[in-house]
Amino acid sequence: MSSKLRTKDEIVALFADGQTIVVGGFANHGVPDALIDCVLDSGARHLTLLSNDTGDADLTIGRLVHAGRVDKVVASHIGMNTETVALVASGKIEVTLVPQGSLAERMRCGGAGLGGVLTKTGLGTVAEKGKTIVEVDGERWLLEPALRGDVGLVRARSADPIGNLTYRGTCRNFNPLVARAAAVTVVEADMLVELDEIEGDSVVTPGVYVDMILAK
Amino acid sequence: MAKRAAAYFAAGDIVNLGIGVPSLCNNYAPPGVMFHTENGLIGVGPLAEGLQRVESFSNANGMRFVPMPGASVFDSAESFAIVRSGRLAATVLGGLQVSEKGDLANWARPGKMVGMGGAMDLVNGARKVIVTMELTAKGAPKILKACTYPLTGAACVDHIVTEQCVIDVTPEGLVLREVLDGVTPEEIQRQVEPTLVVADDLAIMAA
Repeated sequence: MSSKLRTKDEIVALFADGQTIVVGGFANHGVPDALIDCVLDSGARHLTLLSNDTGDADLTIGRLVHAGRVDKVVASHIGMNTETVALVASGKIEVTLVPQGSLAERMRCGGAGLGGVLTKTGLGTVAEKGKTIVEVDGERWLLEPALRGDVGLVRARSADPIGNLTYRGTCRNFNPLVARAAAVTVVEADMLVELDEIEGDSVVTPGVYVDMILAK
Repeated sequence: MAKRAAAYFAAGDIVNLGIGVPSLCNNYAPPGVMFHTENGLIGVGPLAEGLQRVESFSNANGMRFVPMPGASVFDSAESFAIVRSGRLAATVLGGLQVSEKGDLANWARPGKMVGMGGAMDLVNGARKVIVTMELTAKGAPKILKACTYPLTGAACVDHIVTEQCVIDVTPEGLVLREVLDGVTPEEIQRQVEPTLVVADDLAIMAA
């Protein structure tokens, strides 16, 4: 059993042009800000961002948009970030809007070895455009395919050396889903704790999903 | 409007409030109602002051709050499992347009789509969908035969609470239930597109 703690340089080296980056957080809360610094330092461009929102202009996730690193966004809401809205309007960024619950569930599927999920959400709206409708026992459902990415960025409250994680309050949001929905999962934790310091019953994200933890 | 919408809640209900006027409903809710926030918590309490203001307890609007005793925390997938599976007694949302069938448009104007957030899930999942909005937009009706803006959900609205009246969406059409003291059903009818059914027991809206 070896520690998953890594230096900032080791994490910066993960990022490359054209990747899909999955990011935890909700409206600037529970965002892995130090890991966003790593993406910025890597110089990676033409990224696809998979996240609930893009934060505020030049805040949290918005810093990636501000730095011109993002070509595509898949999110439930971009309205807080006036810069993203303007870039989408001018055609510089492509956006796919997904109902929030469907976004969460699609990430969950992506991290759970599932191909997608059937939901009523979005039936009869633009959200069903281009999607498959599936009929089960006479009921109509929208097929929402799974989503996952190349690197997942997670903000946790505490992490032990093998990546068992806890969260606090509404900073949990999409983070446990992001931890599962990427080929490589990197964690930024407010507190780095010792092995056994997080009781097994209190673990929210088991370390099995985590590849690297940013060392302080 | 917030006070009137909150009259639909009962002790034991779990309710989700949208931003704007709906967010004020918690000031008028009866004891025993708990509030859900889609970013992952049941038990939203009052807005936080001073040292209570911590990042870990923020609502979907980014406002910091104090969690109530008995609050529970979960991730976004769990949050919407709660929404879609009918565990919310009600959701209160703002509206741009409502149709006579109860279709709701509240997330986008044509050419300005910044995201539906959780609204599409909420209107499909909550057991009761309450829309609070002004009856008209600068004199133009917002209650229409058919919505012209992108829909949030089809045939999903149960109650429309405006500053002048309360209208229920029923299989028989839109039923005018309550009017503000001094306002006549005819005056309401002139401000909406579909023909209203006036309830036999039309009531005066509490101020």
